[in-house]
Amino acid sequence: MFPDIIDTRPLRRAIDEGLNWVVANWGTQFEAAAHPLLVLLNLIEKLLVATPWWVIVLVLTAIAWRATRRWPLPAVVAISLLFLGVMDLWRDAMATMALMIAATLTAIIISIPVGVAMSRSVRVRHVLTPILDLMQTLPSFVYLIPTVMIFGPGKIPALIATIVYAAPPLVRLSDLGLRSVDPAVMEASRAFGTTPGQRLMGVQIPLALPTILAGINQTTMMALAMVVIASMIGAGGLGYQVLQGIGRLEVSRGLFAGLGIVVLAIIFDRITQAFGRQLQARIGLVEARP
Amino acid sequence: MSMTTDMTTEKNRPAAPTTAAQAESETAISMRGVTKIFGENPQRALNMLQEGKSKTEVQAETGNVVGLDNVSLEIGHNQIYVVMGLSGSGKSTLIRHVNRLIEPTSGEIIVGGKDVLKMSLDDLRTFRRTKVAMVFQKFGLLPHRSVLDNVAYGLEVSGVGKKERQEAAAKWIETVGLAGYENSRPQQLSGGQQQRVGLARALALDTDIILMDEAFSALDPLIRSGMQDELINLQKSLHKTILFITHDFDEALKIGDRIAVLKDGAVVQQGKPEDIVLRPANEHIEEFVRDVNKARAIHVRSIMERGATEPCELCVSQDARCEDVLPLFAEHQWVGVTDEAGNQIGRVTAKQVIKALARYTPGVGN
Repeated sequence: MFPDIIDTRPLRRAIDEGLNWVVANWGTQFEAAAHPLLVLLNLIEKLLVATPWWVIVLVLTAIAWRATRRWPLPAVVAISLLFLGVMDLWRDAMATMALMIAATLTAIIISIPVGVAMSRSVRVRHVLTPILDLMQTLPSFVYLIPTVMIFGPGKIPALIATIVYAAPPLVRLSDLGLRSVDPAVMEASRAFGTTPGQRLMGVQIPLALPTILAGINQTTMMALAMVVIASMIGAGGLGYQVLQGIGRLEVSRGLFAGLGIVVLAIIFDRITQAFGRQLQARIGLVEARP
Repeated sequence: MSMTTDMTTEKNRPAAPTTAAQAESETAISMRGVTKIFGENPQRALNMLQEGKSKTEVQAETGNVVGLDNVSLEIGHNQIYVVMGLSGSGKSTLIRHVNRLIEPTSGEIIVGGKDVLKMSLDDLRTFRRTKVAMVFQKFGLLPHRSVLDNVAYGLEVSGVGKKERQEAAAKWIETVGLAGYENSRPQQLSGGQQQRVGLARALALDTDIILMDEAFSALDPLIRSGMQDELINLQKSLHKTILFITHDFDEALKIGDRIAVLKDGAVVQQGKPEDIVLRPANEHIEEFVRDVNKARAIHVRSIMERGATEPCELCVSQDARCEDVLPLFAEHQWVGVTDEAGNQIGRVTAKQVIKALARYTPGVGN
């Protein structure tokens, strides 16, 4: 066995007590700070639930058509959504979709500025890269438990856990996309007397958009991968059905809810990818399909 | 408009107070003792250079790369000034000093009477928007914008309204022969067309100075030759000051009013094209001259015998090149040379032409 060099118990105790102190003294402040997230999530969920099912089918199918301008993807989207409805998973699917959309939106708002900062400064990149690694590899329960302690079980810790898990790829890909903009184009822009802001908004972000969109795609996928775990702390939705299926040994319930998650993943993955290809073709990174 | 009046009409920027700057009205761009050292400790490398150490010694000892070594150039108004050099000679570094895309390690750069190195970032942006435009070897077009919006880009960033800038852009697109392509995207165009967009984008800024960094080097030979002709034609009506970078000596001879040859970051020779062809300063330049079409480079005026002769049967302008008069010798012993007014000022014989052409060919003549 490894020899005991130092006694780690005081350290552990300090951390545990520290967290308890934070929960006791700052719990309400944290909850207030995270309240906008809850508002956003509830708003999206209410909107999705209140919208008639056929409107959602129509809208998503139309978006799929807009993204590809060919019939296979819209057909897949329509059939997938009808499957959710037929299997009596509609309500749960909307809750899951709301969680995914809220997490993705928040991740976009946080990640793109962070990606911009990383792309501009080597130092920021050196600091943030290990943090992003940590966010992606740390088992989610490790940060789930303190978040639940601070916020109590419910939608907020579920949403925060989902964001922590889903944001890193978007940060990384934003940084990568911004840094790989053709230096010749950046230099030309500089030679024409642009301000850094004009270069960022007018050149870098538009040219990095396909890569950023790939990051958004990754974020939606990871957010969906998180829903089962999120449902354990009160997020509800399809993940909760899976959880119940496991708990009651109802294989069918778990299977159909699980397939429902897959179906949502397929819809959002294919749509965002198609938009990414469309953007790339517009910028001329790949040949546009005739 | 002369540079001095130009300076006083600029409200937001005071005229550069230095006497050096005021004496500058005759030259559009002047670089004095510009040295650029890339690397960690440029000051130490600079001291070594000033002690007379060579570029390779400096690099071996400090690891710093000498980009430019004490370059001084005086570039007059309304001419095409070509800087010629092989890859690694520092020519692209040189041109980027003029609009301060690269900061020199030491030296002075005066453009249009103003010290570029003393400008604040804000002044520098205004300077880039209004005084110097640039054309790039790799075009540097914005792939997500239409041709029209690319050409209007320079005006857009300086805050010109949409209607006005698009009208200006459309005009320049027509000038460079791309009418009808306004709504295409750059990647739908050929290389030559893309560079026309690059040229139109620079012209649209309506600056006195245009920097062209190997602007035609990426093009096919035939297209390149066509673009050179067009640039010469455009220059006849626009009278810009054009600093043109190239590695192609033929191109330099064809379009340059003045040429500077750069080697290892230092100017080896500068002068008129025929000065360089007829009197190459060293072996390095002689090597270029050897392969070049001298008949195109040498003007009749620089080899003719001046003075009154009998009236000629056939006359050429003093600006004619040897290649223009060569075919005439099939029928004539000599041809007369006239000045701009058409008065005969001398004559040129076949022998003189042959002598000039044969001069530095290896194994022939001296």
